[in-house]
Amino acid sequence: MKKIVILGAGTAGTMVANHLTHLMDLNEWQITIVDEDPIHYYQAGYIFLPFGVGNEKKLVKPKQEFIPSKVRMIQTKVELIQPENKKVILQDKTILDYDFLVIATGADIYPEETPGLGEHEWGKSIHSFYTLKSAVALADKMKNYQGGRIVVNVVENPIKCPVAPMEFLMLSDAYFTKKGIRDRVELIYATPLSGAFTKPVASQLIGDLLSSKNIIVEPDFYTERVEPDAKKIISYDERDIDYDLLVSIPLNKGADVIGRSGLGDDLNFSPVNKHTFLSDKFDNIFVLGDAANIPTSKAGSVAHYAGDLFGENFVRYTAGKELIENFDGHANCFIESGYGKGVLLDFNYDQEPLPGRYPVPGIGPFTLLEESRINHIGKLSFEWMYWNILMRGRKIPLPANMTMAGKWVDWEKRYRKN
Amino acid sequence: MATKVLAGVTVEVNEEGFLVNPADWTKEIAAELAKEEGIAELTEAHWKVIDFSRQSAGTTGAAPTLRGITSGSGVSTKELFSLFPKGPAKKVAKIAGLGKPEGCV
Repeated sequence: MKKIVILGAGTAGTMVANHLTHLMDLNEWQITIVDEDPIHYYQAGYIFLPFGVGNEKKLVKPKQEFIPSKVRMIQTKVELIQPENKKVILQDKTILDYDFLVIATGADIYPEETPGLGEHEWGKSIHSFYTLKSAVALADKMKNYQGGRIVVNVVENPIKCPVAPMEFLMLSDAYFTKKGIRDRVELIYATPLSGAFTKPVASQLIGDLLSSKNIIVEPDFYTERVEPDAKKIISYDERDIDYDLLVSIPLNKGADVIGRSGLGDDLNFSPVNKHTFLSDKFDNIFVLGDAANIPTSKAGSVAHYAGDLFGENFVRYTAGKELIENFDGHANCFIESGYGKGVLLDFNYDQEPLPGRYPVPGIGPFTLLEESRINHIGKLSFEWMYWNILMRGRKIPLPANMTMAGKWVDWEKRYRKN
Repeated sequence: MATKVLAGVTVEVNEEGFLVNPADWTKEIAAELAKEEGIAELTEAHWKVIDFSRQSAGTTGAAPTLRGITSGSGVSTKELFSLFPKGPAKKVAKIAGLGKPEGCV
């Protein structure tokens, strides 16, 4: 038997396990998946929790439920990968040999990497929503909030779901307006980017949306440290911003085991070919999902499109054929903008997000880079699709690669007409 | 793609003013790009960072990240911000004639 080992049973790892179970001849191949955490989290649901929306219990399910019975699942920590010997060493020193390794160990937050951040004020005047626990704790804080300045700060990029900080701000605007205290709450977004978003058109349009909601953007802000007692964040160029409540998106890094095993970059993300996910260093290692260093969003939608293409490409590769460089960096992001509306982004490595309609050109129903109620409904219904379609290895009938159809290259002209 | 005259040479630049071909780069062009970024004069400390970044890009094919620069060149993050105020990774990449760092959205 030839062996495939998958590390990580989150969004990407689970999809790969399902695809490969369908595509590979299991009389020839044995598939093993390793993860230390038995719980699968629906991370896209965290954003609503601080506002008292959604049920945290619905965001978690046993990982085992989504792993095909023909796949061997081991619940333990991975100690080390030895790529030269094609071995994975588990915490109890068990050794797993592999012919092919798929790394899907994701990304996580590291508040301890920023002085003052993850210390005595964490959970008091400093919060986050990037873990289930922190999102639940923030809900309490928000419920009792009487006013003052809220600073949302991205410590460093890349981060998981790069639109989430903006969603948090826009949902906060709506939340405090409904509570009748919006005039007592100041909302500030301190980001290392030079605007709301990296790409020009989205940065302009989302920037306009933020300013229409009286959310102030403090660009080019690279956080050096937090002074938890003085309640300030300080940048490397000595700017400081006072806060009453700091909502931090701490440094995101890949898994420590990637670094320990010599497979990571400065942030333990693993360098791969951005079209095939093949490791730059080893021709029998692939890295999918947030664990890879590919220059697109760290998001479930990317893992989904990537996973759809990866399965068949991998089968071809194991049959001795060349990999097809077919992944284009395609991502969709639903951005909740408050009041039951949302904005949708659709983009890839080369094409920045533009206004338009998706997925049917001219019709939609989703509106690209424009607020609409249907986008919000799309985001909510995605939770069902995630558990029942994606995590079961079924396919959504949408092309994995991005298309220009429906995107308005002449958006400025169209908007002027209206 | 637009072209632009820098230090007497016509070069191709993208919409944000980054050189399209790293091979077009010269030290004179670097000095002019630096001025565009509000750096009046490139000192030895600036050059240490620029040289490192060009070397690094020569091996990896991409402009180094902020962390890549600090861990590789030995220049501290704080110093980097005083040399190249605001977004140092982006400014260094531009002045060194490398593409915009492949940032992530």
